[in-house]
Amino acid sequence: MANTFTKADFPVFDAYKELTYLDNSATQQKPRAVLERVEKYYREENANPLRGLYELSVKATDAYENAREAVRKFINARSIKEIVFTRNASESLNLVAYSYGRANISAGDEVLVAISEHHSDLLPWQILCKEKGAELKFLECDESGSYTADALKAALTPKTKLFCIAQISNVFGRLNPIKEFAAICHKNGTLIVCDGAQSVPHIATDVQSLGVDFLTFSGHKMLAPMGIGVLYGREAILDRMPPFLYGGEMIDTVTRCGATFAELPHKFEAGTVNAGGAAGLHAAIDYINELGFAELERREDELTSLAFNEMKKIPHVNIIGADDPRDHHGILTFTVDGVHPHDIAAIFDAENIAIRAGHHCAQPLHQFLRVPSTARMSLAFYNDEEDIRRFISVLKTLRRKMGYDR
Amino acid sequence: MTDNFYGEVLTDHNLHPLHKHELPTATCCHEGVNSTCGDDIVLNLEIKDGIIVNGSYTGSGCAISQASADIMLELVIGRTPDEAQHYKELFFKMIGGDITEEELEELEEAGALQNVAKMPARVKCAMLGWRTLETLLSGEGGG
Repeated sequence: MANTFTKADFPVFDAYKELTYLDNSATQQKPRAVLERVEKYYREENANPLRGLYELSVKATDAYENAREAVRKFINARSIKEIVFTRNASESLNLVAYSYGRANISAGDEVLVAISEHHSDLLPWQILCKEKGAELKFLECDESGSYTADALKAALTPKTKLFCIAQISNVFGRLNPIKEFAAICHKNGTLIVCDGAQSVPHIATDVQSLGVDFLTFSGHKMLAPMGIGVLYGREAILDRMPPFLYGGEMIDTVTRCGATFAELPHKFEAGTVNAGGAAGLHAAIDYINELGFAELERREDELTSLAFNEMKKIPHVNIIGADDPRDHHGILTFTVDGVHPHDIAAIFDAENIAIRAGHHCAQPLHQFLRVPSTARMSLAFYNDEEDIRRFISVLKTLRRKMGYDR
Repeated sequence: MTDNFYGEVLTDHNLHPLHKHELPTATCCHEGVNSTCGDDIVLNLEIKDGIIVNGSYTGSGCAISQASADIMLELVIGRTPDEAQHYKELFFKMIGGDITEEELEELEEAGALQNVAKMPARVKCAMLGWRTLETLLSGEGGG
């Protein structure tokens, strides 16, 4: 069946016909092409990849390694050696913290983290700094979620070893000027770790142009199955890093008293890998490429603008972050005066509209913004105007449902 | 969940709580927190001669956590700690989905929270006040 790039491609909407799914920043739904690819892998290609010397294992290896090449091309990395498969962005960030961090951060060093980071781009650094006696510092943004080059320059010191920031924040939806920040960091001798979990699914990514040292993202936020993620690292840096996990298929030789480790990227992929998930990610990339980022971004921008402008008209609704819908990339985090975000989500749920409520794994940011929690709607290209209209019509009735103006 | 879950009983207790205030005469108090939701209440009780003569709560949280605590206080003020524990058990039975019609009637307005049983994500919110009460009463040894 040919792809239509609408909800018709997504079987979950056959199972839940009434569902309006607006929690895409948490995870995206899966198109038939991805589900069928995963099933085909397990039906026709499954064996333990990278080990066997028989035909089926070669097929499994091909599925896995072809996916790596597809990822390389997708983010324009120089070499497949720079593409490490992980479970998700969180694991990718932990890999950098455990492997690069423990080998290179010492007492007195500094790690700079953007205040809007997801806990998975904060906790690994917090733990690392505590262990090593290094200092964890925060780069603060303004209320609209904007970080300035001047603030970054002022925050960097000769001791700053790493700067960690998402390309797009999962709360603000704002695109950070990563290319400019990477240049500033490198001038200071600082490496930049960029969390692409919210950006790679929504805008075209070119790691060479961005100039980042590390980029992390999750497959499940871009149509692929859960349990497959990516760490991109510059080859020269990855090459010098010690392994993260130890086990099968990441070694060269093992003796009773030691081991030598496999070449990149296998050095970082201990144990049996998620070849089925990688094949699914490959299919997701093919699907996105077939749609094209120009069209994907056009649709998401249009829907974001529609939702943003309608939300702005509703009294007592406050959007967190920038005042321009183009700075939101499908992420609209908001509060409603007098209504707790969990009640907001429950009322939407009653109308079969899925949104997120809480602190979105960004508690320090919520403390910084002085709001205990927020609600968030996040869309993807497969949403349509009807989804936005339904969302807006419920949002309009929310305060009345909670007993205001009755 | 049902469409009219946030009925008048719930929204009234949330917007116009009867017992949300400080209680200088309190003989005991305890803080209850749902860290994942950010619900946070302090429950205050004044227990005199084996009777809960007064009670209040302060804090913040979703409508369910706030209204549930307010309704709970409405039920237990003027009762003995043992009677309060009995209500708590009835409330837990209701949330667990196995309560008789007679028992439900005993719970009066707290029955408005019956449908929380169908919303696993919100059970903790509805239970927060009651759990805090349970800890407070067991710590007080029944006053």
